[in-house]
Amino acid sequence: MVLDIVSWVAVVLIFVSATAILISHDWRISLGALAVMYLAAFWLVTRHLPFAMSTVKLITGWMVVAILGMTRLGLGETTQEDTFFPRGIWFRITLMGIVALVSIGAAPRIEDAIPGLGLPVIIGGLLLIGGGVAHLGITSDLLRVTLGLLTVLAGFEIIYAAVESAILVTGLLALVNLGLGILGSYLLVAGSIPLESEEDEA
Amino acid sequence: MNAPILWIGLPFAVGLFILFFMRNRFAAWLGGTIAAILALIALIFPIDTALLVASVSIKISPAIQFFGRSFELNTADGPLLAMIYGLAAFWFFGTEASKTESRFVALGLMIVALLTASIAVEPFLYAALLLEVAAMLVVPLLVPHYQKAGRGVVRFIIYQTLAMPFILFSGWMLAGVEASPGDLGTTIQAGTMLGLGFAFLFAVFPLYNWIPMLMEEAPPYATGFLLWVLPTFTAIFAFGFLDRYAWLRSTPSIADAILFAGVFMVASGGIFAALQRHLGRILGFAAIAETGLLLLVMSLRTSEFTTIAFLTLIPRGLELTVWALALSIIKRKAYTLRFSEVQGLARKYPVAVAAILLAHLSMTGFPLLAGFPSRLALWQGLAVESLTISFWVFVGLLGLLVAAVRTLAVFVMTSSETKWEWNETWTQTIMLVIGMLGLFLLGVFPQAMQPFIASLPTLFEHLGQ
Repeated sequence: MVLDIVSWVAVVLIFVSATAILISHDWRISLGALAVMYLAAFWLVTRHLPFAMSTVKLITGWMVVAILGMTRLGLGETTQEDTFFPRGIWFRITLMGIVALVSIGAAPRIEDAIPGLGLPVIIGGLLLIGGGVAHLGITSDLLRVTLGLLTVLAGFEIIYAAVESAILVTGLLALVNLGLGILGSYLLVAGSIPLESEEDEA
Repeated sequence: MNAPILWIGLPFAVGLFILFFMRNRFAAWLGGTIAAILALIALIFPIDTALLVASVSIKISPAIQFFGRSFELNTADGPLLAMIYGLAAFWFFGTEASKTESRFVALGLMIVALLTASIAVEPFLYAALLLEVAAMLVVPLLVPHYQKAGRGVVRFIIYQTLAMPFILFSGWMLAGVEASPGDLGTTIQAGTMLGLGFAFLFAVFPLYNWIPMLMEEAPPYATGFLLWVLPTFTAIFAFGFLDRYAWLRSTPSIADAILFAGVFMVASGGIFAALQRHLGRILGFAAIAETGLLLLVMSLRTSEFTTIAFLTLIPRGLELTVWALALSIIKRKAYTLRFSEVQGLARKYPVAVAAILLAHLSMTGFPLLAGFPSRLALWQGLAVESLTISFWVFVGLLGLLVAAVRTLAVFVMTSSETKWEWNETWTQTIMLVIGMLGLFLLGVFPQAMQPFIASLPTLFEHLGQ
């Protein structure tokens, strides 16, 4: 009973953090929300995976947050902003509301198709996948694209942990998450380093 | 000796070594030599068979355990490894000629090693994860540290990342379909998931918009490598799915879906190529059309399925290498690669221009060139299935031919008084000439591929039966 309550709290945290990532213009808030999201996802993953393996996902997630945070901090304040896509907060909140409604509506059918997953796990996973896809659809900013991809992956990992518990998969998924974090950092930094010839480097 | 260590661990370690400790010229030679040696070993020494060399008995054991899962390369994988590492060697030797950064060789070796791991891993659907890691390693090649990332690379990484969850989840669902084949709902869900996953991986219409974008914003040699390496391994991965799951092979609607995806790619790739005014974008659309041809081969219900597929894959590697190398050389003179900038370059870069045109014509399926035998075999298969499909494939290939003629016209568009020059270096000339000879050799003597092609179908037990 207590475990179920905590799981539902984790789902609420996931909804709040995914919405914060989607609507916030401040990268600090976005990365903070990502860290909270990984904590909530960690709890949902522990429902099906052993604690040690779930911890790998939490630590990896927080490492990614640290990598992105340090990179973004080093870049200082930039004015890069999407101009083409809708930027209104209410548009994004509505978008997340639609994702939440679809997730809640689809969850019982998925529970019927894959018995034993548990409604909190399904809803939490779908919220993140939907939130991430919505995010990817409305941005072209590099940090935001990275956040969107990490969100989608976190949602997928919550659901996939219930059906696959191989150590190799957990390890490779951690590698993919870390890789996306490093890649996001690289792409953020690329272009800000002056061009040096081979002779200069020597 | 252990096969996964030899063909996965060793190139990965050498890649790391080059990345941290080596510079341009030596990196290209070391990477190319290592890849060539690995190709030769794969060709000469059968895996899991004891050989007596002088008084020493040598046996390459096939499997290794890693985190509780097996990585396995069998005897049947030998020709495939020889093909992959042979073509990779050509790419790496070409690095110096194309003046690409040394990390191309380092990351290229690591990418090929990871993709080889994707063939070896058991259960095979974990390959989706390795494909994703390899795709991430490609990105630093596409975006040099001094250049801002463009939209193409962002879309590329988004599509590759979205493919992975679809494939992994569909793999899990497919096991359920195998257990209860009568469950139509699960079958449709699994098929849809798998289709979406491969649509992202193969960059099926309309998900290929990142390819022409990348060809404009990224170095052509690195992008060409990406357009060779990822679709090749994705195709092998897809063959694995078709081989393992009988219902995927026997469901007509799945074959039709693959067929129509292929036709769309060939027709749209060819037509769009004919309309371009940018040499890089033309290459991009030609590669899209070629991937479409691969999909068409996959949809054929013929016993020659795997033979035609590998007959398409081997020349594709050579065509893209030659084309991308020649474009890299031209790009140093005409940075944007637009038609307006490359006018008349045939008299200044004759070898590079000839290489571009030959590679292009080979992709079109021009007689006497490497692409011709596979196109001929494909036409025979398609003509039996549907004349409408054959017509649209013809339209696509005609579009590629029009693009080739337009490219030729632009290259020779100069006054007759302009003097002939030879601005390619010796290394560039030698690499391009070897590539062009290879294109002719595979076109005139396609039986040269026979040692590979004869044994490659044994990789897949059930395909083509």
